[in-house]
Amino acid sequence: MVFILAPMITFILALIAWAVIPFGEGIVLADINVGILYLFAISSLGVYGIIMSGWASNSKYAFLGALRSAAQMVSYEVSIGFVIITVLLCVGSLNLSAIVRAQEGLWFCIPLFPMFIIFFISALAETNRSPFDLPEAEAELVSGYNVEYSAMTFGLFMLGEYANMILMSGLTSILFLGGWLPPLSIAPFTWIPGPIWFFAKIALCLFVFLWVRATMPRYRYDQLMRLGWKVFLPASLFWLVLTAGVLVTFGWTPVVAQ
Amino acid sequence: MIIYAIAFYLFAAVAVASGTMVVAARNPVHSVLFLILAFFNAAALFVLMGAEFLAMVLIIVYVGAVAVLFLFVVMMLDINFAELRQGFMRYLPVGALIGLVLLAELILIGGTWVFSPDAEIAISDKFYMSGEVTNAHALGLVLYTKYAYLFQTAGLVLLVAMIGAIVLTFRSRPGVRRQKISAQVGRRVEDSVELRKVKSREGV
Repeated sequence: MVFILAPMITFILALIAWAVIPFGEGIVLADINVGILYLFAISSLGVYGIIMSGWASNSKYAFLGALRSAAQMVSYEVSIGFVIITVLLCVGSLNLSAIVRAQEGLWFCIPLFPMFIIFFISALAETNRSPFDLPEAEAELVSGYNVEYSAMTFGLFMLGEYANMILMSGLTSILFLGGWLPPLSIAPFTWIPGPIWFFAKIALCLFVFLWVRATMPRYRYDQLMRLGWKVFLPASLFWLVLTAGVLVTFGWTPVVAQ
Repeated sequence: MIIYAIAFYLFAAVAVASGTMVVAARNPVHSVLFLILAFFNAAALFVLMGAEFLAMVLIIVYVGAVAVLFLFVVMMLDINFAELRQGFMRYLPVGALIGLVLLAELILIGGTWVFSPDAEIAISDKFYMSGEVTNAHALGLVLYTKYAYLFQTAGLVLLVAMIGAIVLTFRSRPGVRRQKISAQVGRRVEDSVELRKVKSREGV
């Protein structure tokens, strides 16, 4: 039962997150107030599909892969959370459309450049992509959590992984690359409609996903944990405090207290 | 309104049913999975009440972090459950008695439950109930002003708990060779490579 449920969960979670993604001004299925929290919650649930599949497979390779993946995803969730909080400080709203609208004029990837890099690398780890694809390290674990799967169940895992990649690219472009906004609000750029800009940005992020995969060797497990806990966590915490300090010092806070 | 009622009864029924299954499931991993289902339904009930921020935080914190560790631990456990259930009938009266006492207490609490005067003021507050402030905004407005000290205290308690857990589990073993990335990167050619003229038919 759990064995069949696991790939379904992986795939469904990658799809239901799209409900709150704004493709253009007003082009969104559910424009909820806590959109970014919803996405964060969905991405933190992704670990269940993997851990359930590893347990239900009743195989040591699959189980090892699942344990690695669970530890990895929980670790990088923390730095993703801090990056999201930093962006939220600059926006003053948890609504995804508001986050995009706050980037008119200047995309967040410029003032928050280090967080942009940290977010993208954490997204690689969160989607279990190379160079953090230890859960499916084929050299040590045969193929990790999905060894015992075949046919459609395996297909759902594969599709879920790629759908998650697209989702994380979409999230990156909403948080840092200005979502549906053109690079400059002048004539040749504004002729192209918003959704096309959004898809172009997603495609750019996906290209970097594949580029990294083709370029980087796989991390060792202790290096992965060191990067997550000893580098990204302090760095993102520091940048969060710095951002808050700068916003308060210069009076740039988006929401003024009553 | 009818859809609201249907949704409420659906989520409430599934929450109660999954709560029962947490206790009744034979396999502990299934129990944890039912617990997660119960969390989800609780979050859905929060959404129905208009507390979407709390719902999302419930999912992020409890389902995304706490239940994962639960699942982790339960999967690692190696318990013989047939043995564990042997004395079930023998201990049933005691268990039922404790359950009844708890139920009676809950009924007593529920029977004497009243709104605090503060809550009535908060409900009648135009600013919070107008729907113009979002959940997160309204929470922040009271959390960081009225309850700032309590909030800080809660944070300190959590910090102490975290440091305590680290101190309890941290052990430094002597003789373990660790990777020092700074030393590796800081290594220079002069320190590691030596050029020697070796004469023919002689060793170094």
